[in-house]
Amino acid sequence: MADQTLPISGSLRAAQSRRATALEWLHSWVVTVDHKKLGLLYVVYSIFFLLVAGAEAMAIRIQLAFPHNHFISAEAYNEFFTMHGTTMVFLVGMPILFGFANYLVPLMIGARDMAFPRLNAFSFWLTALGGLFLYFSFIGGFGLYGMGNAPDVGWFAYAPLTAKAFTPGHNTDYWALALIVSGFGTLGTAINIIATTLSMRCRGMTLFRMPLFVWLFLVVSGLTLVTITPLTAAQVMLLIDRYLGGHFFDAQAGGSPIVWIHFFWIFGHPEVYVLVLPAFAVANEIIPVFSRKAIFGYPAMVAASVGIGFVSLTVWAHHMFTVGMTAVGNSFFVLSTMVVGIPTGIKIFNWLATLWGGRIRFATPMLFSIGFLFQFLLAGLTGIMLSVAPWNWQLHNTYFVIAHFHYVLVGAIVFCIFAAIYYWYPKATGKMLSETLGKWHFWLFLIGFHITFDTMHFVGLLGMPRSIYTYEPDRGWNTLNLVISIGGFIQAIAVLIFAWNLIHSYLRGKEAGNDPWDAWTLEWSTPSPPPSYNFAVEPVVRSRRPLWDLKHPQDPDWKYER
Amino acid sequence: MSSIPIFADEAWRLPSRGRVGMLSLIIGESAIFTIFVVAYVYYIGRSAYGPTPQILEVPIFNTVCLLSSSLTIWLAERAIEHGIIRRFAAWWALTILLGIIFLAGTAAEWRRLIFGDGLTISTNLFGTTYYSLVGLHATHVVVGLVMLSLVMLFTLLGRINQSHAERIQVLSLYWHFVDAVWVVVFTVVYIVGR
Repeated sequence: MADQTLPISGSLRAAQSRRATALEWLHSWVVTVDHKKLGLLYVVYSIFFLLVAGAEAMAIRIQLAFPHNHFISAEAYNEFFTMHGTTMVFLVGMPILFGFANYLVPLMIGARDMAFPRLNAFSFWLTALGGLFLYFSFIGGFGLYGMGNAPDVGWFAYAPLTAKAFTPGHNTDYWALALIVSGFGTLGTAINIIATTLSMRCRGMTLFRMPLFVWLFLVVSGLTLVTITPLTAAQVMLLIDRYLGGHFFDAQAGGSPIVWIHFFWIFGHPEVYVLVLPAFAVANEIIPVFSRKAIFGYPAMVAASVGIGFVSLTVWAHHMFTVGMTAVGNSFFVLSTMVVGIPTGIKIFNWLATLWGGRIRFATPMLFSIGFLFQFLLAGLTGIMLSVAPWNWQLHNTYFVIAHFHYVLVGAIVFCIFAAIYYWYPKATGKMLSETLGKWHFWLFLIGFHITFDTMHFVGLLGMPRSIYTYEPDRGWNTLNLVISIGGFIQAIAVLIFAWNLIHSYLRGKEAGNDPWDAWTLEWSTPSPPPSYNFAVEPVVRSRRPLWDLKHPQDPDWKYER
Repeated sequence: MSSIPIFADEAWRLPSRGRVGMLSLIIGESAIFTIFVVAYVYYIGRSAYGPTPQILEVPIFNTVCLLSSSLTIWLAERAIEHGIIRRFAAWWALTILLGIIFLAGTAAEWRRLIFGDGLTISTNLFGTTYYSLVGLHATHVVVGLVMLSLVMLFTLLGRINQSHAERIQVLSLYWHFVDAVWVVVFTVVYIVGR
C-alpha cells in the first residue's frame, strides 16, 4: 500500500517553476499564512529552543555532579534553572504541540487551511517575539548583578521575591513581558484551533468521526482559553506592582504573596494538562496504526479527555500544601487530585486494550509510544503519592517532585513528541527518518532517561531540595548526583543523534510516498509533502477511518460504526 | 477505488467560524476578568491605610448609557440584516456616542478621585485593585470603540452592505460582552465592595 496514490487527494501538481532564489525562499516563509508552513515554523522554532534549554540543563547537571563544584556561579545557576523551566514550558512544549496541531488538524478534518490563516501567522510571530524577548535578557537584561542578567526568580516567580525591592532592574520584566506576548500568541492559536475544528470539517466529518488527535486538541484549546489567561492577568498585576507602585502582592500594604501562588498555579496546573493531552493525542494516532487495530473505546477516550479537562481546573492547590491551608482545603485538593487518576486510568487501559491482540510493528514511532505508556503510568503513580498531603509535606520541593514532573514532561510528553516527529516527518518532508538512527536515538534516550530520573526519586527521598546550586559532601547524595548527571549526558547524546537524523534523512532519506505507515486518517491521502491546497477535491468521510474504507471497499468501517 | 461514496449528511451545516472564534475569545477574556474580580473581592477591606471604597459614588448615568448601548447595537444589527444601511449607520453612531459618554464619565470619576480624594493606583491596596479592575474594563471599551469606529468609517465611505451582516454581528458580540462585564464590575465595585 505504501506507494499507492489514493484518488481522493487528486494528483494535481502545480507546474514546477524555476528554482526560487534564497531571498524569495526566505520571504515565502516570513509572509506565509499556510497552516503547514506555520506548523513547521513552530516545530523548528521549538526544536531550536529544545537544544538551548537542554544545554542549560546540562550546565545544571555538571554543576551538581560533584559537591562544592564551581562550574557555574550561584547567580548563573539561578538564571539557568529559571530559563530552563520557562523555555521548556513556553518555548518548547506549547509551540511544538501547537505546531503539530497547526500542521495536522486541517489535514485530518479535510480542510483547506485553519479558520483564520492570518491570525495563525500573527500568533506564530507573537510567540517568536516572546522567545526572542526572553533570550535577549542574557544580553540586555539589567538585574541585581548588572547587565546581562537573565530572569533568576524561578519559572514560577513567587512573590515577594519578584517585588522591586528584592529584584531590582528589568530581568523579571523580561520574563513577564515575554510570557504575556507569547501568551497572546497561544490564545490566538487556541481560538483558531477551536474555530477550525468546529467550523471547517469536510462533509461527513461529524464530531464523533473526528480522529482522537483532533478531539484532544479541541479539549486542549478549550483548556488553554481559561488557563493561559489567568497567567496573563497575574503578570499584568505583577507589572502594575513593579512599575506603577501597586500593592497586589505587597504584604505591608495588605496585599498577599499567597494570592500570586494561587494565581500562578491556577494557570500552572492546567498547563500540565495542556502539555500532556497533546501527548495523548499523538499516542491515540500511533498506537492503533502500529497495532493494526482501530482504537479501543473511542467514546470513552473522548469522555475521559473532556473529563480530564474539567477536573484539571480544580486541582491547582496541590502545589500549595506546604503553604498552609485549612484541613478542608487540603482534603479537597487531595481528593480532586486523586480523581484525575480515574479518567487517566481509563485512557491507559484503552491503549492497552488497543495493543491487545494486535499485530504490533515496532517501528521507531511505536517504540517511543510504548515508552510513553509505561513511563506515564509511573509518573501518574508518583503523582498520586504526592497528592497525599502528609507525604507532600515531607517531600515538597525536593528532587522527588522534580523527578515526578520530569517523568511526565520528559517520560510522557517528550517521548510522544519524538514519536510524533518520527511518525509525521515523512508526511511533512517526503522523506523517511532513518530507522537505524531512530533505534539508537530511542534506546540511548530511554536508558539515559531512566538513569537520570529514576535516580532522582531516591535523591529526593534522601531530602535533597530543588533549586540549590551545590551541596555538602557528607549528605550521601554524591554518587546519586553523579549518576543523574551521567544519565543526562546519555540523553544529550541521544538528542544529538536525533538532530543529526533530522538533517541527514532530509538530504539522504528514503522516499516516503503518500502513506508509508499504511495509516487511516485523511492526512495520509495527500502527497508528501502536501500541496498548499491540501485536497484537490474536498473529501467526504463516512467513518472514523476514511482511508481504511478506501483501501477495503469490501469491508468498510461505516458498516459497523453507529 | 474511484472515490468515497457520497451519501448521508445531505445538509452539511457547520457553525460560523467568526462566531465560534469570538465566543472563544470571550471565554478567554472572561478568565482574565475573573482573576481581577477575584483579586478585588479578596482584597476588599484589607487595605492597611489610605482611602476606602466609601469615597466612590455610584455611576448610575454612566451605567445606563453603557447598558443601553447594547440595545442600540442590537437595533443596528437588525437594520443591517434587513439591508437598511441608513438606519444601521444611525444606530451604530448612537452606540459609539454612548460608549464615548461612558468613557468620559469614567474619566470624570477618576479625575475627582485622583485630585479630590488623592487616590491613585499606588496610594493603597484599594487604589491598586480599583484602578486595575475598572481600568481593565475601560481598556476593553476603548478597544471596542476603535473597532466600532472603523466600521463607522467604512459605513460613511459606503463600503458596508447587507453581506457584512454576519461580521457586524460577530463584532457586536464583543460589545455585548463588554457591557455584560460591566454588570459584574459594577456589582462588585459599587454595590458589594462599598
